[in-house]
Amino acid sequence: MMDLIVNLVSGLSLGSIYALIALGYTMVYGIAKMLNFAHGDIIMVGAFTVITTVSMLGLPPALGIIASIVCCVVLGVCVERIAYKPLRKAQPLAVLITAIGVSYFLQSLALLIFGSTQHSFPKIITVPAIEIGGLTIQGNMLVTLAVTTIIMVAMSLFIAKSRTGKAMRAVSEDRDAAELMGISVNRTITITFAIGSALAAVAGVFYCTTYGFIGPYTGSMPGIKAFVAAVFGGIGSIPGAMLGGILLGVIENLAKRYISTELSDAIVFAVLIIVLMVKPTGLLGKRVNEKV
Amino acid sequence: MKKIFALALALMMVLAAFAGCANDATEPTETPVGTEAPEGTEAPATTDNPDAAEPAEGETLIIGGIGPLTGDYATYGVSVKQGAEMAVKEINEAGGVNGITFQLLFEDDQTDAEMAVNAYNKLMDNGMQVSLGAVTSGACIAVSEVSKEDGILMLTPSGSQVECIQYDNGFRICFADPEQGVNAAKFIAENGLATKIAIIYDKSNDYSNGIKENFVTAAADLGLEIVSEQAFTNQSNTDFSVQLQAIAGSGAELIFLPIYAQEAAYILTQAQSAGMEQIFFGGDGLDGIIEKIGADNVSATEGVMFLTPFDPNADEQNIKFTSDYQAAYGATPDQFAADGYDAIYTIKAALEQSGAKPSDSDFNEKMIAAMTEITVDGTTGTMQWDASGAPSKAAAVVVLRDGAPTPYTAE
Repeated sequence: MMDLIVNLVSGLSLGSIYALIALGYTMVYGIAKMLNFAHGDIIMVGAFTVITTVSMLGLPPALGIIASIVCCVVLGVCVERIAYKPLRKAQPLAVLITAIGVSYFLQSLALLIFGSTQHSFPKIITVPAIEIGGLTIQGNMLVTLAVTTIIMVAMSLFIAKSRTGKAMRAVSEDRDAAELMGISVNRTITITFAIGSALAAVAGVFYCTTYGFIGPYTGSMPGIKAFVAAVFGGIGSIPGAMLGGILLGVIENLAKRYISTELSDAIVFAVLIIVLMVKPTGLLGKRVNEKV
Repeated sequence: MKKIFALALALMMVLAAFAGCANDATEPTETPVGTEAPEGTEAPATTDNPDAAEPAEGETLIIGGIGPLTGDYATYGVSVKQGAEMAVKEINEAGGVNGITFQLLFEDDQTDAEMAVNAYNKLMDNGMQVSLGAVTSGACIAVSEVSKEDGILMLTPSGSQVECIQYDNGFRICFADPEQGVNAAKFIAENGLATKIAIIYDKSNDYSNGIKENFVTAAADLGLEIVSEQAFTNQSNTDFSVQLQAIAGSGAELIFLPIYAQEAAYILTQAQSAGMEQIFFGGDGLDGIIEKIGADNVSATEGVMFLTPFDPNADEQNIKFTSDYQAAYGATPDQFAADGYDAIYTIKAALEQSGAKPSDSDFNEKMIAAMTEITVDGTTGTMQWDASGAPSKAAAVVVLRDGAPTPYTAE
């Protein structure tokens, strides 16, 4: 029982990191109708920014995190402007391939700058493990859980209440109609990329503090998992991404603990396939009728 | 568009030129001794003894090494390369062997078997006559398959899996995996370190599986109880929280890590933040852990033990090797550097024993035959080889204290 609770907590913590990344995927998909496969590598860039600022330049961790967020936002917006904007009217496949290209570009760039060895990530979050009745729960997991919950609530409020959030929902529903209503589609898409990248930077910091190390390919696996989480929850849906991410993390950890460490990924993907067979649009996805 | 293409091509050419420079810099290709010695005897030699003119050619023995110089396991390859380089330099400075100078060529395989075979073929094209196999087991097995065809002597410094030396031309410097598993279990039992043991191993890695299986068998015979076996694969080698939690609940007193240093670095840092206090015990793969784990996390390696045949302060030879190595590369040599160093001196011993010259048509046969006749007192112990290619030597256990290996002493 104790064991189950500990595994649930670490699953929730991992899942909330997936959820943060999945938010970026799902928002970009909902608004720009494209899969930004370079999203996972933004995490890696964010984590390397922390290493450069905190480990190499010796700045305080808080400044490092801010630098990481700023760097990711600038990168996300630049990538959108340079790589995706010229292809806005192109067929979806061309955009998808461009995104994969951007992903490889970022990985190779990191490989050139930082080399292929794994760098140890500075210990930014130093919260001691807490013990409740024989349960030991790692401090950084609790911090991860708390911060991601706050961010997710804030995001939901932002999307539901703010003017920009309203514009984002309008663009995702009907881009042309939104434009006719005086919403700047380009500006909305840029903001979406900026928010998604900022979330990725935060996720990167948590992911790397949990695992301690980072290399040029660190971002690709959580990126893929988060994409799966977004599809799982229903791509385009923001609550779906959160739910999908958390479920994915919990399923992965429990499968690892109680079934098999080697098969955990296979089990995660099997669950995804079953969900998609029953609900093709994902858990919270809406069925969109083709308008004629 | 064409312009961009032309630019890219030009850039590639420049890069290729730089790559060439880098290679040149790492190859100690000078052959001063081979040419110098005959110079003094030049006048008389040409007149009365035509045979004496032969070493004037200054024969060179090309030794080819393969190992990971980049990637997760780069420390192993770099250490072996540097150790071997140092030995080659020393031998050449001392006049070579019978007028034969050594030349070391080293290729990167990124621990990949296919890349190792490509590297091997490239080295053969460059005239390699003795191969150092490959640094890691999987790659070395692949190289053993192709080197068998060529029949050249293959002496791997650190390919520890049994199959690395499965053919007649294969020999090794390090222990074999079964020996490591058995020795580890014996050491734990004899010193009473623990009776309840957990294992974390890499199911996708030959080296790890090999040690683990033999450890489990030996542990059962010695009355040690394996309370938890946790696996991971090369696809899931960053997050160990689940495995560590399972072990924490199993009552294990010692965690056996028959794995490489990179994964061990993840495990140790994550175990530290989870507040685990078990003893960690590993095979020779843990050598290099200090460098992998980084200065921030050195405290996580406190008290970690692993098997290694190399103690930097064992005797005068090792102390000299250690200080020379530090002077040359600015790092404390690990077991892999010592393995590389010993491999070159073993080749030297075989060359002396056989009296073979690289130009001989039966050079390979002579060298392979000499391997079972020699005794080498190396930095990793005194070694003799049987026909199987395995060396006989003793193992030692080191304990990490303040980020440095220290000999194990019973408390």
